[in-house]
Amino acid sequence: MSVRVGKTATAPAFPVAAKKAMQDDQLRRNVHHATSVIRGKRELRVAEMPDWQRLRDAGHAIKDHTLLYLDHYLEMFERNCERAGGKVHWARDADEANAIAIQLIQRYGGTEAGGIEAIKVKTMTSDEVQMNPALEAAGIHPYETDLADMIVQMGEDQPSHIVVPALHKNRHQIREIFIKKMELDSLGDQPADLADAARVYLREKFLRVKIGISGANYAIAETGAVCVVESEGNGRMCLTMPDVLITLIGIEKVIPTFRDLDTFLQLLPRSATGERMNPYNSLWTGVHPGDGPQAFHVILLDNGRTELLENERERETLDCIRCGACLNACPVYRETGGHAYGSIYSGPIGAILSPQLQSMEHSRSLPYASSLCGACYEVCPVKINIPETLIHLRGRVVRENQETFLGSIAPENLGMQLAAHLFTHPDEYEMAQSLAAIGQKPLMRGDLIGPLPGLLGGWTKFRDLAPIPSQSFRDWWKSREKQQHKEAR
Amino acid sequence: MSESGTARAEILRRIRTKLPPQTESAAASYARVPREYTQCGSLDHEAMIDLLIDRLVDYDSDVLRVPKGGDVSGAVAGLLAKKGETRLIVPPQVDPAWVPAGLDLLPDTPPLKTDAIEGAQAVLTPCEVAVASTGTIILKHGPVQGRRVLTLLPDHHICIVREDQVVESVPEAFARLTGTGDAPLTTISGPSATADIEMTRIRGVHGPRRLSVILIGL
Repeated sequence: MSVRVGKTATAPAFPVAAKKAMQDDQLRRNVHHATSVIRGKRELRVAEMPDWQRLRDAGHAIKDHTLLYLDHYLEMFERNCERAGGKVHWARDADEANAIAIQLIQRYGGTEAGGIEAIKVKTMTSDEVQMNPALEAAGIHPYETDLADMIVQMGEDQPSHIVVPALHKNRHQIREIFIKKMELDSLGDQPADLADAARVYLREKFLRVKIGISGANYAIAETGAVCVVESEGNGRMCLTMPDVLITLIGIEKVIPTFRDLDTFLQLLPRSATGERMNPYNSLWTGVHPGDGPQAFHVILLDNGRTELLENERERETLDCIRCGACLNACPVYRETGGHAYGSIYSGPIGAILSPQLQSMEHSRSLPYASSLCGACYEVCPVKINIPETLIHLRGRVVRENQETFLGSIAPENLGMQLAAHLFTHPDEYEMAQSLAAIGQKPLMRGDLIGPLPGLLGGWTKFRDLAPIPSQSFRDWWKSREKQQHKEAR
Repeated sequence: MSESGTARAEILRRIRTKLPPQTESAAASYARVPREYTQCGSLDHEAMIDLLIDRLVDYDSDVLRVPKGGDVSGAVAGLLAKKGETRLIVPPQVDPAWVPAGLDLLPDTPPLKTDAIEGAQAVLTPCEVAVASTGTIILKHGPVQGRRVLTLLPDHHICIVREDQVVESVPEAFARLTGTGDAPLTTISGPSATADIEMTRIRGVHGPRRLSVILIGL
């Protein structure tokens, strides 16, 4: 099985990419502005809800329960979806999902070269499996219809946020992309001008293209219904206008009952865009004669998800409802933007999701892309304990490194082994402490330790390090005891 | 899709091998999910309607109130006249008393072709349920509230909400919708909008640019 999460296999490590991103002032301004606006709106809308914490508890519990009975609910969803006229396919990995989609599109759209088009509503899962390049290689032209995704596609760019994929671009940059790709003579630079251009450009496609591709926010086991949450109406267009609809669903998106939506439709919009409710939610079950696509195919995607089920800490990652609140709250994401994560899943959730989906083969630097401040946990609508999971994954990375020869003789490993030894041997610890107090003298700059040489340099590059005091607490304690003893005599 | 059967078996097998064994049934475990969040609203009827109006207006919708037995078709005519709209779509089972005279009426019987729907300026439908706290109207698509495409392509959606269809909270709305069958549902909160460009909210991207709600009193 080859699990693919975007282009993570070839992406540079986070520290390398982050350094480059932090030199781009325009990008940082754009990201700061967008995340600040959403954070403000989210806080306002969450504060309106006196039962917010109880909603979070319910959301977490529903997800937790569903994952423990995942096989039961997936089979129930399949049964009910097919009863209503849908067809369910199962895909073990990215390649299999893309192959199923291509076969279906060719079955309905023919195979003549350069001929078939499809309209797509924003789906992170299709970005995960890199469906667009796979379709293009098969001679199928996919059109992204979410405004931000269209900007990313036209700009030959990568999404940088789960909810607002083009937040790293400002209006002037977007205008340039539109003028070039839509072949326009003139175009204003106000957001409304740009949205109008997108409306005109896409309306023609919505009315003409016969195949639609979507993701899904929820798949309801009890009824076989699928739910897509959106704002622009492009989702409704893609789900309603084509003759054929193909919906790609990660297996973790299933929820038990229709009523469970009342929990998630309260949690998701407020967390994602700071709205009481997003403008549109579409719910459909199979096919409806005379209304919407008359062929409906669901692809249920594993792509590494089942590997996360075994361990409770790791399983919780699959609770994610892709609201992006943790990205907006994260001090690291806000400085670097999403591209530095080297994955279509960026920010704190990306830092735990991407490496795990690929059994820690790629993105091994991501669990370290965090200050562990806990802001992501605070805002997570389904209470995923991201900081704990980051630490858990750091442990996995370290243990796996230690098992390799080079890892076992790495200075960091040897240093940590030495530290572990010293912490369990008090006499040697005290001796090391007094030696260090003497040894640090040449490194002192005033009252602080200056830039350290070699491996330790990373610590002191951006931080001041307080020196080891000449008298340790233990020494002070001993001298105090001696003094009291003397006085008592 | 010859491989799909194999993939299905393998994914289900993986799930079963990875998960810890469960001692209770799915139903028993599901029953223990805590749902201590607010299930029912606490406002009286008038306050709830005020809340709905506040939320609708906050999301740029036009709102009109008509007392029971009042002049609905007059209200519809007024809303259409604002922008000089005359080509109005009505689903097959919409109450004819709501429809003003003198319009270029487009009944969806037999089903209208896409270019006819695209050429209409407005559409008139009732709703299934409305949520005051979020300013959401919910359509259950069928002969009464129309096919999905009818409320998607025209620029102006006029929705008639009876005040007994209004609930305060999202859970109350889903309770009312439970068991109403398989018909597609669309929840609508204001006109189509985007904030993808510099987080500036823009109305009317692909769906209707205008949403008008007529509230009919108890």
